[in-house]
This record gives sequence, C-alpha cells and structure tokens, in this order.
Amino acid sequence: VFLLPGVLWFLALIVAPFLVNIAVSFTKWQGVGTPIWTGLANYQKALGDSTFWTSFRNNLSLIVAMTIIPTIIGLFLAAFLFDYISKKFGAGVTSFFRAGFYVPQVIPIVVTAIAWRWILQPDWGAVNTLLRAVGLGSLAHNWLGDPATAMPSIMTMMVWFQIGYPLVIFMAALQRVDPELHEAAALDGASWLQSFAYVTIHLIRPEIYVVILTTMIHALKVFPPVWLMTRGGPGTATYVASYFSFRNFFEISNVGYGATIATILTVIIVLITIVYIRVQIQQQREEGPYG
Amino acid sequence: MAEGVGKYFSLIALSVLLLVMLFPLYMVTINSFKTEEGYLATGPFRLSTNLTLDTLKTTWKSTDYTTKFLNSMAISLTTALLAVGLSLFSAFALGIGKVKGKVLFLVFFLIAVMLPSESLVYPMYYFFKLVKLYDTRTSVVLFTAAFHASFGTYLLASAFSAFPRELIESAVIDGCSKLNLLFRVVVPISMPTLSVLFVFFFIWTWNDLFTPLIFLISNAKQTVPLAMALARAEHNVTITLQSSAALLGILPCIIFFILFQRTLTKGITAGSIK
Repeated sequence: VFLLPGVLWFLALIVAPFLVNIAVSFTKWQGVGTPIWTGLANYQKALGDSTFWTSFRNNLSLIVAMTIIPTIIGLFLAAFLFDYISKKFGAGVTSFFRAGFYVPQVIPIVVTAIAWRWILQPDWGAVNTLLRAVGLGSLAHNWLGDPATAMPSIMTMMVWFQIGYPLVIFMAALQRVDPELHEAAALDGASWLQSFAYVTIHLIRPEIYVVILTTMIHALKVFPPVWLMTRGGPGTATYVASYFSFRNFFEISNVGYGATIATILTVIIVLITIVYIRVQIQQQREEGPYG
Repeated sequence: MAEGVGKYFSLIALSVLLLVMLFPLYMVTINSFKTEEGYLATGPFRLSTNLTLDTLKTTWKSTDYTTKFLNSMAISLTTALLAVGLSLFSAFALGIGKVKGKVLFLVFFLIAVMLPSESLVYPMYYFFKLVKLYDTRTSVVLFTAAFHASFGTYLLASAFSAFPRELIESAVIDGCSKLNLLFRVVVPISMPTLSVLFVFFFIWTWNDLFTPLIFLISNAKQTVPLAMALARAEHNVTITLQSSAALLGILPCIIFFILFQRTLTKGITAGSIK
C-alpha cells in the first residue's frame, strides 16, 4: 500500500513516456497529425548520418573531459590533501580547499557558461589577454567560433566543473583506509608513489568504480553546457547526442528522428547502468555492506 | 629547513590552483558592481574604483528577479518536499516492509535515475499540452519529482534495510499501526538522511535548466537559471548587466552551500557509496 503512490507516479511520468518515446522512434512524425510507421528507417538514417556520429564522438570527448581526466587529477589531489596538507596544516585548511574545489559543482551551470564565455571571448577574453601579455598573441583566436577549438574549449570547462566531485568522494574514501597499511608499506621501503599506487588505489577501488561509471553517464547526458556555450556550433562541431535529439524535437520538428537518437542514447546509458549495478552487487558480496 | 620550504611551496601551489578554480566567480563578482563607464575603463579583469549598486538594481528590475526567484523557490520547495515524501513511502515499503521482488523494484528505480531526460521529454511535452498543464509550474514539479523520487527511493531503501530491526519489532508488538510506525519511529530516526535528500533535491531542482526550458514558455513562470540563460540572448544586455544577473543567480546557491556544507559533503558521499 505504501508503495502505491511512488509506483503510480513512476509509471505515469517515467515508464509511460519512455515507452511512448520508443514507439515514436519507429515513426515519422512532425509533432502534429498522425505518426507514420516507418519501422527501422530512422535507425538506418542515423547510422548513415554524419551529424549523428559527430554527436556521439563529442560525447566520447566529454567522457575524457568528465571521467578520465577528473578521476586522475581527483585521485592525486585527494591523496595530496589527505596525506600531506592535512598532516602539516590540519583539518581546517584541508576542508577549506576541498570546499573551494567543489564550488564549481554548486554554481548553476548557466553562470558557469556565462563566465567561461568571457574567458574565451576573442577580443578581451582572459585567455587571449594572457596570451598577448606573454607575447604569444599569434596564438590568440576565437576559441568557441573555430570548429577546431570549440570542442576542446568546452572540454576544458567541463574538467574545471567536474574536479570537485571525485575529490570529495575520494577524500571520504581515504578516511576509511587504515593508516597502518601505509606505515607497513613505508617500513618495507615503499616510496610514497608506490604506496599510493599499490595500497591507496587498491583500497579505494569501490569509490573509483562509482566515480567512473556515474561520471560516464553524466558525460553522455550533457546538455546545458553545450546549449549555453555554442548551441552545437559552429556548424555541428559541438553537437552532442542530447542536443541533437533536442534540436530534432523542438527546433526542426523531426520528432520521430529525435526519439530515435534519444532511444539509442538510452540504450547505451542503460548498459552502463547495468554494469554499475553489477559492480555494486559484487562489492557488497565481497566486502559486506558498509557506509 | 628544506622541509619547511616544501611545505609552504605546496600550500602556495594549491592556493594558486584554487584561485584559478575560483577565477570565473571573481570575474562575475567584480563586474557586477561596475558602472558601464567603469567597465569600459578597466576591462573585465581589474577592479574599478567606480563601484555602484545600480547595475544590480537595474538587472533586478529588468529580469523581474523577484518573480523568477519566487518561481524557483516555489518549484524547488514543492518538488523537494514531494520527492522526499514519495521516496519515504516507497522506501518504507521496500526497505522495512516485506515486498516481493524488492531488488527488481530497486533496479528499475536506479535505471530510471540514469535515463536521459531526452528519452521522456517529448511524450511528456505532448501530454502536458493535451491536459493543459503545459506552461505551468505544476508540470515542472510533477516531472522533476518523479526523477528525484526514484533516486530517493533507491537511496532510502538501502538506508532503511540497515534500520535496527528490534525497534520495529517492539513497536509492532506494542500494537503500533504501520502509519504510526512510519511517522513515530522511522521518520524521527532517519531525519538526518531525509534532510540530506531534501537539500539535494532542492539544489538539483533549482539548478535544473532542461525541464523548465521545455515546459515553461511564458516569462512570468520562468525560473532564475532559465531567465538568465534567455536574458543573454537579448541584444541590449551589457556585460555588467549580464554579470550582475549571474551574481544574482549564484547567490542563493552559495548561501545554501555555506549553510549546508556539512550536510552536503555527507550527502555526496552517501549518494555514491550506499
């Protein structure tokens, strides 16, 4: 009985639209009138559509910017704050820095985008001003307006945005690690880097998995940064899957095709989610429930 | 001696990194208080001696910030309350009551959390238009709450399965009804977890751009982030005005962040490792 409101809500607002969306993906539909059943035609179209591939390739770039780089930086930064700064300067300084690095995650993405557009602005933006000041003015250019640099610029912004998340999680994880293990490693003559690589990383592996899988899903779902920074442009240089389907839905009324792209994206995400669930179940079996 | 130097060197390096991280925030803040002339004279990066509150006031008026703020408040509060309530009931059934197929339910909820909103949004858009809920704040609340409640159910159910069983059993023996059990025993004890959820739902809803973008079209119903995103597109908006709009958008979040820093840190961790 207590489950009823939640499940009804869930069925009406998530399951139902989800199924309708899949059905629409097999049709040609302008958003008005009757959808025309076209079977797999939309899927065939997607496979041969270069914009479709650009979008997903850009999602891959975002995985680099939001998963791989932040996880690595986050690991080192967390270990550095935890092993070094907190011992030399105390917990207050440490949590001050932790909070500072987490700030980008709390700022509304709209504000982030506005500020970054200024940083990258061609005439007086921070990047170009800096380049000119150190005599590299020839490197200054229109970062977001050039197809070659638009995506790397967004990636840089996303690294900045994302760092705080792995940092906070890894620092919490490190508190779980028994300091005696490091002392034992040090006694055996292990350097800091060795003990970091073999002891720390091994022990906080569950958190590393969680961070990698959740940030991958976030990177696949990215919409606001792209919409705010470039609207997918110049041309289609910064299209991502979610923006591509949004555009088909609401800007060019190609609803059927938009639904197809959304469905393909969903399938990929659900696959990653299943891996995530399996990893969690496995960890619970291995180590028992904790936390 | 070398030890001491290295110690401060590392602190300085870390501070420089932090400054780089906070640079965009600094830019937004200083430019919000400049006059138009002050901005032209100093550029975007230096402080101006000519500070004013007028820019902020103008922005406040031109974006009708009061309305946007109240919209955001109303939407975020109701969504967070509703989502916490829904999660509480579902998680009570799944985590404490005995429901068949519990794991399956949880897997479904977790997958729902991960779904991209693009895969749901068009049918909802069409449906809301059909039932005349399109362009109402209610539509945003209904849709967002469903997502958040899925996450909340998933998280709370695992928190509840670690709930001390003796407490529940003794309450049941004392003839406690299920509703009483929920509100007299479970809710008071899990208040910390519930408040973490509430804070999270509030911030997520507040910062969400996609859902309001799709469902809210009239100016009077838009939220703070959406109004800011759309304000940028208007041509007569100067940098200082944009800047102050951005500052007005940040402030509620920063205040919230400072107030709930501890709760949040706890929550981020709880969300990842269940």
